[in-house]
Amino acid sequence: MKLKLHLAALAAVTALASLPAQAQTEIQWWHSMGGALGDWVNDLANEFNASQKDFKVVPTFKGNYDEAMTAAMAAFRAGNAPNILQVFEVGTATMMAAKGAVKPVGEVMKQAGVAFNPKSYVPAVSGYYTANNGEMLSFPFNSSTTIFYYNKDAFKAAGLDPNKPPTTWPEVTLAAAKLKATGSKCPYTTSWMSWVHLESFSLWHNTLFATQNNGFGGPSARLAFDSPLHLRHFENLANMSKQGLFVYKGRAGASTPSFVSGECAMFTGSSGTYADVSKGAKFAYGLAAMPYYPDVVGAPQNTAIGGASLWVMAGKKPAEYKGVAEFFKFLSDPAVQSASHKRTGYLPITTAAYELTDKSGFYKEKPGTDVAVTQMIRKTTDKSRGIRLGNFVQVRTILDEETEQIWTGKKTAKEALTAAITRGNEQLERFEKANKP
Amino acid sequence: MAAEKYAVFKSGWLPWALLAPQGLIIAVFFFWPAAQALLQSMQMQDSFGLSRQWVGLDNFRSLFADSAYLEAFQTTAVFSVLVAVLGLSLSLVLAVFADRVVRGALLYRSMLIVPYAVAPAVAGVLWVFMFAPSLGVVAYALRHFFELEWNHLLNSMHAMTLIVAAAVWKQISYNFLFFLAGLQSIPKSLIEAAAIDGARPWHRFWTIQLPLLSPTTFFLLVINMVYAFFDTFAIIDATTQGGPGRDTAILVFKVYQDGFKGGDLGGSAAQSVVLMVIVVALTVLQFRYVEKKVQY
Repeated sequence: MKLKLHLAALAAVTALASLPAQAQTEIQWWHSMGGALGDWVNDLANEFNASQKDFKVVPTFKGNYDEAMTAAMAAFRAGNAPNILQVFEVGTATMMAAKGAVKPVGEVMKQAGVAFNPKSYVPAVSGYYTANNGEMLSFPFNSSTTIFYYNKDAFKAAGLDPNKPPTTWPEVTLAAAKLKATGSKCPYTTSWMSWVHLESFSLWHNTLFATQNNGFGGPSARLAFDSPLHLRHFENLANMSKQGLFVYKGRAGASTPSFVSGECAMFTGSSGTYADVSKGAKFAYGLAAMPYYPDVVGAPQNTAIGGASLWVMAGKKPAEYKGVAEFFKFLSDPAVQSASHKRTGYLPITTAAYELTDKSGFYKEKPGTDVAVTQMIRKTTDKSRGIRLGNFVQVRTILDEETEQIWTGKKTAKEALTAAITRGNEQLERFEKANKP
Repeated sequence: MAAEKYAVFKSGWLPWALLAPQGLIIAVFFFWPAAQALLQSMQMQDSFGLSRQWVGLDNFRSLFADSAYLEAFQTTAVFSVLVAVLGLSLSLVLAVFADRVVRGALLYRSMLIVPYAVAPAVAGVLWVFMFAPSLGVVAYALRHFFELEWNHLLNSMHAMTLIVAAAVWKQISYNFLFFLAGLQSIPKSLIEAAAIDGARPWHRFWTIQLPLLSPTTFFLLVINMVYAFFDTFAIIDATTQGGPGRDTAILVFKVYQDGFKGGDLGGSAAQSVVLMVIVVALTVLQFRYVEKKVQY
């Protein structure tokens, strides 16, 4: 009897003690931000946790983008997916097709009764993550785009004006020739071949990369980058490669060190690479808008989005969704956004945050940091809203494989692009089949 | 004779009981996943497993309609033969020398075994650092001393050399251990007798040691083929990622890429079934034809 009483008392005390802990709902957030960016994510969570008492956001680093996504897929199958998952732009179509696995952000906000205006977001960013019915599906978090970097010291040495970066592709070729003539071993290189030279290139020239408005119209989209413009650009790059004006330095971001080390004088890559360049470059560098072909009508339009967004996973408790909504509201705050933009080099994703950053004098202090923003803050067209295709990880690999054969001299630009379309379309067909409603 | 080779059990259940632990491990870690792969290879499902449909042999059909997949067979054959032959011969040479060393034998042995403790992905990164076209130590040395512009990003031969070197380096330790043990189990009296008869070291190696090593060599041949076919995707992912073009994209790398990076489980499972069939066939062939030449 005595023992029973003791137990009851103990249970009561434990229940009391655990009350405050129970009241705080935990929100699991899986992300792929390593190193300095990981600190940024943790700071955001801490700041939010300190700002209120009801919810606790717990960020967990789950490896790089595709690892985190694979982990979340496995976790979902096992029934313990996180509340929030950071997914790179390439995985967007896959997430959109997984209707039972995700809960649209618009719906989360509405059910939680949190004020949320998708219109306050930069259209080229939010449009990418919005369904055809106008509902925002995922929350834009870290967005980047493609920009042009150049080595001002190398420009000076080659007799080029360091304050006048080339604005068109013919000018890039001319500058590269001058750089080579004065001894540069690598006048121009690029990272992310598909993203920079096909995806962003298409949007920038207001030309379709794939049918059905680049996949926005539905899963029956097929690749279309064999237009005369695309061919012309790759023939141009092939010629530059033959003459040693363009030097291929590997897939994805592998070429970044060759610009930062000073080996390559001109470079196209992610605006997010700014952090590496500003930290590592021991020379004067400049940032500029992506080059284009001046005779193309409608160019320059806007460039393609990169980076990632936050997806809300389905099948969780209402209280947790309320917490997710509150957290997203916190992240949308212009002051928080502006601070993140300045800290990471990712785009400010609301117009208000851009204006706030502009007012603070940041762009004057660090010239070139506004290039990415001005490329993106434009009214998008149906052809330039973005590229959203299924099995896109595989399509990008195919593009790497095929375009590499241009630089090795195995295939002509036309042969490579045609083969990439045939092989890529097989992937799109597979995706359409596997995700039939 | 037969009585020495085969143990005779009186009880009917005891041999099965003794086999059970090993059988259980094989069932859980091999048969079950293999059965899953077979099942998934005939399905098509979305990444989150929300919908599943039976597609029969469709996954296989689209695989064999893809010319890039067929090319991968050739690449895999070249890669596997190179890895097995180079890996076996290099480690045999090392084992023979290590067997003869009198002083500091333990040190040499330990040094040769160390690479086995390195994870494949780490090994890949290590090699890619050394051979990075503009920054790597080895690439620099090649340019400096041999005027060779090393570029595995655009030169297929260079790329293949790089992945073979990394894969062989990783496996040498394992082969070395078995060869060394094999060499040490050869009775000294045999070699001494031959020496007294006037056989030179080279002759002794060819006529006595190598034939007596044949069971070890055969075992290692099978293991190395399996290694080259299945365990090398991390090395390739960390070095060439299958490039330039598809020139180093071996079969298992595509399984990994499509399944783990692309989330296409059906297609990936179909590829692994194809791979499984190839390796089983190769192993059966080896046991039927090569094993006849082995002297136990």
